[in-house]
Amino acid sequence: MRDDTTPGPATKGKPLVQVEGLKMYFPVFTGLFRRHTGDVKAVDDVSFTLMEGETLGLVGESGCGKSTVGRALLRLYEPTAGKVVIDGVDVAHLDAEALRRKRPTMQMVFQDPQASLNPRMTLADIIGEPLNEHTNWNADKKLARIYELMDAVGLNRRFANRYPHEFSGGQRQRIGIARALALNPKFIVCDEPIAALDVSIQAQVVNLLEDLQEKFGLTYLFISHDLSMVKHIADRVAVMYLGRIAELSPRDALYARPLHPYAEALLSAVPEPDPSRAARKERIILKGDVPSPANPPKGCNFCTRCPKVFDRCRVEKPVLREVEPGRHVACHLYSESAGPTGQSEAKEHNQQGVMQ
Amino acid sequence: MALSPLNQRRWRNFKANRRAFWSLWIFLVLFGLSLFAELLANDKPLLIRHKGEFYTPIFQFYPETAFGGDFRTEAAYRDPEVQCLIVAAGSEACWDDPEGVLEEARSLGTAGGETVQAGWILWPPIPYSYNTINDIGGAAPSAPDARHWLGTDDTARDVLARVIYGFRLSVAFALIVTLTTSVIGIAAGAVQGYFGGLTDLIFQRVIELWGATPSLYIIIIVAAIWQMDFWLLVILMTLFGWTALVGVVRAEFLRARNFEYVRAARALGVSDRVIMFRHVLPNAMVATLTMLPFIVTGTIGSLAALDFLGFGLPSSAPSLGELTQQAKQNLQAPWLAFTAFFTFALMLSLLVFIFEGVRDAFDPRKTFR
Repeated sequence: MRDDTTPGPATKGKPLVQVEGLKMYFPVFTGLFRRHTGDVKAVDDVSFTLMEGETLGLVGESGCGKSTVGRALLRLYEPTAGKVVIDGVDVAHLDAEALRRKRPTMQMVFQDPQASLNPRMTLADIIGEPLNEHTNWNADKKLARIYELMDAVGLNRRFANRYPHEFSGGQRQRIGIARALALNPKFIVCDEPIAALDVSIQAQVVNLLEDLQEKFGLTYLFISHDLSMVKHIADRVAVMYLGRIAELSPRDALYARPLHPYAEALLSAVPEPDPSRAARKERIILKGDVPSPANPPKGCNFCTRCPKVFDRCRVEKPVLREVEPGRHVACHLYSESAGPTGQSEAKEHNQQGVMQ
Repeated sequence: MALSPLNQRRWRNFKANRRAFWSLWIFLVLFGLSLFAELLANDKPLLIRHKGEFYTPIFQFYPETAFGGDFRTEAAYRDPEVQCLIVAAGSEACWDDPEGVLEEARSLGTAGGETVQAGWILWPPIPYSYNTINDIGGAAPSAPDARHWLGTDDTARDVLARVIYGFRLSVAFALIVTLTTSVIGIAAGAVQGYFGGLTDLIFQRVIELWGATPSLYIIIIVAAIWQMDFWLLVILMTLFGWTALVGVVRAEFLRARNFEYVRAARALGVSDRVIMFRHVLPNAMVATLTMLPFIVTGTIGSLAALDFLGFGLPSSAPSLGELTQQAKQNLQAPWLAFTAFFTFALMLSLLVFIFEGVRDAFDPRKTFR
């Protein structure tokens, strides 16, 4: 069913991160006796594969579970179900000590560089903390490594003894990146690393991430709601809606021709810098609100707002399947049972969507 | 030790508060002096010169025979005979007329006409210890005079000596109890707040039950079983005092455990213990410091109250609470009440002023010149 073995772009190597059926439910307790009365299904059955050296963009609107996926991958949350195989080890079921030893392979860059740095520690302390935890190097060797990392992310060595509040937002994010790089990780989850930065700084940080990827052969899960930035950095893009992946496609294909109705609507919202083209652009305005993740619709999660909804959508959840080479879509429009007519029907629906 | 810029600013802020700054110095001088109470108020001499040799009775045991006496028990330095033996180099004449021979040896260097190697005795400024029962030649308590500057209490013990030792005992007791209760309270609050959930829920209920225990009854019962002493009282006060800090520390940890940099540290694989200590605890320090003055002054008050009621330290111990109780029973001797009142007032005011300054210095919202 789920086609995890599909290779990514031809240039990339073997799979580094394999996520299978990841579920992250936050239980809801009510009443005097704190009875378990339901779950907020923040992430509901998400599967994808990341190739070594690849960047997977994860996009979606606020509250769709993007960040939860990132945190659950690194076991900052305890996943409710599913497998997360990183570099051959299922981290979702490791015990505490084995997990701690596994931490150097997988790191995270946080959204708010102000909040993610301890205001009471100097830059050298912050970058050196992972080294203290995972190595028994002497002070000189640690300092040499800290300087090396500061050079790599473009921070002046003279700043080593300063505190986070003395830096600008962009510089703070560089500190966060240097800290994530300290232990030579293979896989970095970038949880909206540019969302808290000025537009003028965003490009610098994204370019830095790209340079570092090239230099150290990193694999990124790039979580963002900035679709144009994802288009710039990602090799493949996963579109999430209400805790599920709607579409997972190579970047160019997705941006040129989104298959899932939600992806289509989402991408139509990207601002177009060229006014003449912007005038011609059709925007798909979705009606209604996102349903509560505590009580998602019975069928397809998107069925309450989908412009192309039909009966089957309301009763059966579509699974993520490969409908074209490298393109995975969770939508009944592309289901196998619909056959070749399904494809043509999809085209029709597509056109209708544009006309709306 | 180099202070971080933050702590340097705090120290500057503290110094800017003149009242707190001077209170700290006065308190440090007083407490520093009281730490050497044995050298200030003692019924043994500081230094003795006897037959060309030095003796230090405060630190060492000397039998009376060492100075030419009869007994192998410790020399009773306050006896005129023993003083005479020391100064007059063990002259036999001391047994007949100690005062006369002492005077003779001091002024002329002779004892009963014979030339002796005259020695001398160096006494502390207050030649009475807290438990010295003095021969006052009248009814106790006696009013202040040249020998007993603050008078004597109802068992003829020097009040000034008892106040010096009592001050040290009270402050030391308060500091030790505060230290132990804070360490236990912070640790318990940290564990509850950081792990939350079921740990927190169960622990909170245990603390509610524990807090509802009437500690005074327990202390009275324990005092009936064992002989009460300083350390037993420290243990009992710690046992019932540690819950004071749990609430604030727990609240700070509950708040801080979801800070982004705590999550970042967790993602780096930093162990829970290190995260609690390095990343979360500093946030709880300000709240803790705000509570500390109440614990210190409260502990001094509790000790005094227990002593006043007679359930605290044994009555031989130099206790300000016991002094207060004597003052109540001897209203005809107002020097007892005044001494007790002014000692408590000075001690508690100094502590409150100091901690007020500390708290203000740690307040991040307060702006200073």
